[in-house]
Amino acid sequence: MLASNAPVYTAKTLAQALQLRADHPEAVLLAGGTDVMVFLEADRLEAPAFLNLWGCEGLHGISEDGRKIGALCTWAELKEHPALPMALRACARTVGAAQIQARGTVGGNIANASPAGDSLPLWLAADARFTLQSLRGRREVAASDFFLGYRKTALAADEILVDIQLPVQKGELYYKKVGTRLAQAISKVVLGAYVHQEGGVVRELRVALGAVAPVPLRCRALEEALVGGPVRPELAALVHQDIRPIDDVRSSAHYRAKVAENILRTWLGSLRGC
Amino acid sequence: MMSIGKAVVRTDGRAKVTGQAIYVDDLRPEGCLYGATVRSERAHARILGIDLDPSFDWTDITVVTAEDIPGENVVALMTDDQPVLVDGECRHVMEAVALVAAPTRERALQAAHRVQVRYEELPVLLDPAQAENSPIHIFGTDNVFKRLVIDRGTSTGMGVVHKATYHTSLAEQLYIEPQGMLAIPEKDGSLTIIGSLQCPYYIHKALKRVLGHSRFHVVQAVTGGGFGGKEEFPSMVAAHATLLAIKSGRPVKMIYRRDEDLRASTKRHPAIIQITSECTPEGELLSWDARIIVDGGAYNTLTPVVLSRLVLHVTGPYRIPKVHLEGVAVATHTPPNGAYRGFGAPQAQWAVERHMDRIARELGIDPLELRRKNLLKDGDLTATGGVLHDTAAFLVLEEALEAARAPLLQRAPPPGAGIAHWKRGRGLALAFHGCGFTGNGESWLKGKAALELVGSDLRILTGSTDIGQGTDTIFPQIVASELGIPVERVSMAPHDTAQVPDSGPTVASRTTMVVGSVVQSCAKKLRLALQAETGLASNNFAELLAARNSDAVLKVEHVYEPDASIRWNDADYSGDAYPTYGWSANIVDLEVDPDTGEIRYLRLVTATDVGRAIHPVLVSGQIEGGALQALGWANLEEVVRDQHGCMRNDRLTNYIIPTSLDAPEMVTRLIEVPYAAGPFGAKGVGELPLDAPAAAAAAALEQALGLVLDDLPMTPERVLLAMERGHAA
Repeated sequence: MLASNAPVYTAKTLAQALQLRADHPEAVLLAGGTDVMVFLEADRLEAPAFLNLWGCEGLHGISEDGRKIGALCTWAELKEHPALPMALRACARTVGAAQIQARGTVGGNIANASPAGDSLPLWLAADARFTLQSLRGRREVAASDFFLGYRKTALAADEILVDIQLPVQKGELYYKKVGTRLAQAISKVVLGAYVHQEGGVVRELRVALGAVAPVPLRCRALEEALVGGPVRPELAALVHQDIRPIDDVRSSAHYRAKVAENILRTWLGSLRGC
Repeated sequence: MMSIGKAVVRTDGRAKVTGQAIYVDDLRPEGCLYGATVRSERAHARILGIDLDPSFDWTDITVVTAEDIPGENVVALMTDDQPVLVDGECRHVMEAVALVAAPTRERALQAAHRVQVRYEELPVLLDPAQAENSPIHIFGTDNVFKRLVIDRGTSTGMGVVHKATYHTSLAEQLYIEPQGMLAIPEKDGSLTIIGSLQCPYYIHKALKRVLGHSRFHVVQAVTGGGFGGKEEFPSMVAAHATLLAIKSGRPVKMIYRRDEDLRASTKRHPAIIQITSECTPEGELLSWDARIIVDGGAYNTLTPVVLSRLVLHVTGPYRIPKVHLEGVAVATHTPPNGAYRGFGAPQAQWAVERHMDRIARELGIDPLELRRKNLLKDGDLTATGGVLHDTAAFLVLEEALEAARAPLLQRAPPPGAGIAHWKRGRGLALAFHGCGFTGNGESWLKGKAALELVGSDLRILTGSTDIGQGTDTIFPQIVASELGIPVERVSMAPHDTAQVPDSGPTVASRTTMVVGSVVQSCAKKLRLALQAETGLASNNFAELLAARNSDAVLKVEHVYEPDASIRWNDADYSGDAYPTYGWSANIVDLEVDPDTGEIRYLRLVTATDVGRAIHPVLVSGQIEGGALQALGWANLEEVVRDQHGCMRNDRLTNYIIPTSLDAPEMVTRLIEVPYAAGPFGAKGVGELPLDAPAAAAAAALEQALGLVLDDLPMTPERVLLAMERGHAA
């Protein structure tokens, strides 16, 4: 239920946040609250305490070149930022609806690590790096090493996700969300992909899917089969070697698998002749 | 002065838009407790005990079980089979077993979790197709709530036969405001019941039996939508709040959380409809045989009436010389199904329109031409032998076709859709809808309304509620127009059983047409009364008022007088099943992503015969809202149940209804073929918008992908499966 008697510690600066995080490792991090409040209302969260980061200095802002995104940036900020990849801006527009986009943060989406998190495959596809910080120091973790298991991440109990860094891209990012309706939709399948071709040969390829396994994951078999050769849409079925979809209340394993293959085939088909 | 046909300002608009409207959960009387319900977790079980966890502090908690009921343990409606609280044996999951009340909502929910129910499991029947012959008995000895046969001839053996079975699915009404009731014990020993509801007198009738007295009144709070979901179910919620209020001696508020509301409240009846038709090679219908099974759930509620309306609409708006219709509504150990906008007619016309498309496909005839060949017109007979008048089937069809000639609006592709090879399709579906109660319902009911002259202003008193559809706006329009005065001078009395007469329930597309006509008669009576009082023969209201010497409140009442031209024989189900019908044509344009099976609606053109549009904006809004509900039923909404029959997707993130972004462009055309006995010619229109859009979407999907889907819902998962099967074949 929404009422909670748990203490709420509020950090105004990054230094305070790191200290509070070290002092209260049991505290649930609270940013925009768009996941936390839903869990509370559904009686699915036992929170002994909250560490409120909303408004905390030092975690905001998108760099002018679009390469660094503060963890507390909201989807509303992302969708308007001209330097960000179009795929990322499109993703921002699919999150919840306007109200959720105004509160929900990029860092929250990543740290919450829902298998269906709308943005997660994009970070994998973009080869993004996450900056994690604690009183012990700073470190960078590649997005592909961050998601360890169902809602488990590489964040240590005393760490906070500070920002996301996007490398310089030669190729194109692609995003597709399959969520059945156009707003307030939770992904049934979500695809983030990146390709760089030269003279009809795939030089770089990263294909990542969400909502088809306990973690967002790279489709390594498909990537390996395609890199170094031409785009071959007919190999889309290789996706089944990496994904592990399930039946649940939202959809079926069969649907998720079939859709993952279909949308990949269509995307690969669109790349021919690029 | 004539406000009929004008979009006057809706009376509830300002308060709702500015957040000033007071819903039941906004009321906080002093000392108010919060109620919560302990519910069964078994589909069928003997209750061996209800235990209070001794480790919990119960000092500030009120607990109610069946033993605390002062009167009868029954939710009085059609039959007396449903208890207010389980007494001995539960017959579906989420059935109310006990009640608790506490000073805070949180504590009430905690307490409810600490009430432990011990069960002895009993055999369970969940499949409606097995119900009639099952050794497990839920209702009577054959689990049949109602059987209905209409036999006006059988197959001629001369025509082309088409036969298929169609399924429709459960659906939730999904009013924005969940179920909620507040019961207040008054100092004089009486009770006030305030809540979110459609039918104050249903609750009054039910509570009288539960309490064993009638020292209470029922008041409608501002109600955030009903769609049938607040027709009969609020009687249960009201009884629960009242029982807690009596035992605690304090006001008790019972507000459902959305998840509880979805799991516990009534849904649209699922139906299995088999149609065998016979027609000439050119497509002229000769005979029509329909066999229907409707799942009523564990208790009767309104199921027999739903079945009746379903059967009476299962020939669609078509002329068929010989019909044989057999419907049976059965019991299963699932939460009772109940009223939902359309009340059986959408299920029926899903099957009819899918079947018409089947005939067209198999005969190689254009589906539009097939319909034109068979559409009903004035003078034709209905399935029950009633003679039709003021029909508009052809008018609405031609109007919709004309409107659909306009090019589709260009829309930006939705964000996140990526690359998709969208396939487009267009589909047509038609419907009719009987206005008002079935058969002699209105004659038995005798709906009443009253009108008061207070000073120079008028006040309408009816039990018909405004649940968002605009009753409180259009009744004043009717009175003002009849008397030739500005609509601002007419107001509505609170919908309070202590003040207003029983106008009958706010259901069945009857409020405007039936109660509106009673209200209009009240205005006429008031004029007569003023003429008598003043001795003036004038019809001018201002003159009559000016001639009045008295300040006394003048009150007139009127009782519904059945339309004398209507004949109905309930014994053999023959004659005019409804006083008149509304007619509707729907054209859906959609596109579908063959990779995902996702449908995007582009445009819905509707042409609807409303008799007379008393308030064109409100009626268009009703049509568009109902149509969007139908489109959601078509491809999004699916109740997922566990092995006990309990709804698993009990949140708005996983019981998927369309959002405003999913709504297509809507082109809404109104046709006015008046019904003589309706106020200014108005017909009922509340439910008709839900009848045909789903079938139009199916036809459009068929054109887009070459797939025939005969079962609802057409979720992306089912569309994709059908595509795979199609390719395999």
